[in-house]
Amino acid sequence: MSDIRNEAEAKQNATPKPPLDPHLKALENEAIHIFREVAAEFERPVMLYSIGKDSSVLLHLARKAFYPGRVPFPLLHVNTGWKFAEMIAFRDNIVKEYDLDLIEHINPRGAAENVTPFTHGSALYTDIMKTESLRQALDAGKYDAAFGGARRDEEASRAKERIYSFRTPDHRWDPRNQRPELWNIYNGMIRQGESVRAFPLSNWTEVDIWRYIQAEDIPIVPLYFAKKRPFVERDGMMIMAEDPRLELLPGEVRQEGVIRFRTLGCFPLTGAIRSNATTLDDIIAELETATVSERQGRAIDRDQSGSMEKKKREGYF
Amino acid sequence: MTVSATATAEVLPIEAPAAEQARAIRDSRPLRLITCGSVDDGKSTLIGRLLWDTKAVKEDQAATLHRDSGKQNDLGLPDFALLLDGLQAEREQGITIDVAYRYFSTDRRSFIVADTPGHEQYTRNMATGASTADLAVLLVDARAGILEQTRRHATIASLMGIRQFVLAVNKIDLTNYERARFLEIVHDFKEFALTLGVTQITAIPMSALKGENVVYDGRASMPWYDGPTLVETLEKATTRSNQTVGFRLPVQRVSRPGESFRGYQGTVAGGSVKPGDSVVVLPSGMVANVTKIVTFDLVRNAAVAGDAITLVLDRQVDVSRGDMIVAIDSQPMTGRGFDAQIVALQPEGIEPGKRYWLKSGSRRQRVLIEPVSQLDLKTSKWSTAERLGMNAIGKVHLAFDEQAIFDTYEQNRTTGAFILIDPDTNNTVAGGMITGRRSELGGIHKDDQRVLLSLPADLAEKIMASELFASRRQDVDIRHTTAGRAAEILGDLDE
Repeated sequence: MSDIRNEAEAKQNATPKPPLDPHLKALENEAIHIFREVAAEFERPVMLYSIGKDSSVLLHLARKAFYPGRVPFPLLHVNTGWKFAEMIAFRDNIVKEYDLDLIEHINPRGAAENVTPFTHGSALYTDIMKTESLRQALDAGKYDAAFGGARRDEEASRAKERIYSFRTPDHRWDPRNQRPELWNIYNGMIRQGESVRAFPLSNWTEVDIWRYIQAEDIPIVPLYFAKKRPFVERDGMMIMAEDPRLELLPGEVRQEGVIRFRTLGCFPLTGAIRSNATTLDDIIAELETATVSERQGRAIDRDQSGSMEKKKREGYF
Repeated sequence: MTVSATATAEVLPIEAPAAEQARAIRDSRPLRLITCGSVDDGKSTLIGRLLWDTKAVKEDQAATLHRDSGKQNDLGLPDFALLLDGLQAEREQGITIDVAYRYFSTDRRSFIVADTPGHEQYTRNMATGASTADLAVLLVDARAGILEQTRRHATIASLMGIRQFVLAVNKIDLTNYERARFLEIVHDFKEFALTLGVTQITAIPMSALKGENVVYDGRASMPWYDGPTLVETLEKATTRSNQTVGFRLPVQRVSRPGESFRGYQGTVAGGSVKPGDSVVVLPSGMVANVTKIVTFDLVRNAAVAGDAITLVLDRQVDVSRGDMIVAIDSQPMTGRGFDAQIVALQPEGIEPGKRYWLKSGSRRQRVLIEPVSQLDLKTSKWSTAERLGMNAIGKVHLAFDEQAIFDTYEQNRTTGAFILIDPDTNNTVAGGMITGRRSELGGIHKDDQRVLLSLPADLAEKIMASELFASRRQDVDIRHTTAGRAAEILGDLDE
């Protein structure tokens, strides 16, 4: 048994955690069921790990699903090289602390062709560094199932996606011919080269994620909490200005302010929000009165309506 | 059975104890509902209205809607349908193709809505949405009344085990809020619903477009209606649970992290379990006792239906994925022959004599399907059938090579449900519900023996509302008639 487990047990013995409310318990049970089903039915599963809050919940659920055993598959982080420094530090710490297998993949084209969010535009950059990169990593690992933390409440095309989302050998999603998915019986039968993306958090909402993080005391990247941080305003978004690769454009000024992030991705494409939420209680309270959706801060969703569906058809998560 | 009836069922509001109503949000699991009805009855508008009035739509999403539609209705609200029809093909054709799942909550409860397509060729998606739903909202256009597609959807929902229905009589504003029209539609539906054995119906006159009786009441326009709004009805509806039946644990995987530990992982599909309970492992029949229920958080004293657990037994028994650990005193049916109802989901239909894969719980095995009859959704009558086409609902015999383990679907919505997978395409081709076990002799039933009863309508309704009746509903013929006519028919038989 690892140290973490002994630690966890020690903690429980000291102060027993109150039981989860029935709503979160139902969501947790469903997710654990999906994890176990995929692990049992597929030969080479992998878990996509993006370091964000949804990934943190996903990882926590995976550890619960297989306890007292280890998580029986590796984590795959498709890195772009443009993540927040705090995200990478957090990732490395979690991997060590929980004794996980992590595979990191960066599309070599990024360095070879100097693909950056500044030079190539968010659409092409995302296509190369995320979608293409993900396909490369999945092919290299010959993975036949990949867990993702996508939720149906995030975006209109996600709302249509199955929990087991079937992909052709070239990772394509055909939204018009999805397999019917009845009850909690999942069809995991595939041919050589085909794969599924499995989404244990399909039925979770953003508020559920935060409530669960709070109830289960799940560690998350500190960027989610408000703090005085440097930023610049660009295209109507507040972009964090700590990475030396961010060059100020004419007219832009480096500012400081108390900000936080509702979602985390590549720092040049992720907008911060002004907020004083420094605790989980604050975040949940803020969320319950929020008037904009979480993806509002994501540049890639704005390129065109239906852009997520298009990216997903091509293999994006 | 001949049931003579002159009256129709009262509309039963879905009652819940006062204490339950007062519970705060999150004190219950989410209510899963399905919306269905014919094309253009306004399903997407209704859900859009629900999301809008419960503040589940955010400003940037609304802005995208405004931008995409370039139009708004005369109330200055965005085109709600675009909120739900998330696929480009759907936006282009202006119809819903696939099930969309949506989430909203009120102060009292949270909800998962499956918005399902109204077009006949997408009936399979409706069945998909209905499989997990606790309640069905059937939408009717007040001007058009009950249509064939309304009946079809009500029938499928009822076959899939839904017992709570909301009849949403929409577009009531276009009938001048006419009470008589509302009552006429309700009467028509109740009469039809009785033939399905559905008695829990709440009928609500509404205008989804104007937001009347959806989240906010429509008293200003319909002073004659003093019943609940849609959301009030949903807040009080009950969720299904398999907790009161025998303990069932379909084993998903065996956990062996070290020499000292061996646990069986799965989600409790029925009943409850605690340390010390005696259990049987099926199909082997070996008996053991439960020593521990292990979860990440703590060793638990008990687990109930729905819990994802790891079970530890007191002795070495051979257990593998696909086996079922069950209560020793309340076991499921085992055998090689079963009866079932299925919904055919793919264009190629279901072919007689073909060996499909059947998956139920964590168990997958080969099965031979023999179609027996098919339901005519227009007339609600079963007729013999040798093969089942796309969207057909049929009764079939299942013949297995090895022992299969089931409860009836009526008793347990998890261990009584299955899907069929075509071994040639790997696609899911049918969803099925077990109705009973067949005898080893090829299922010789006493099918020829019938009893005709003539009962007062109120007594018949009580009998039809029972679980036992519902589980055998497909074996029963019901006709409504007058007492005099019933006496005549029975008199004819005596001669």
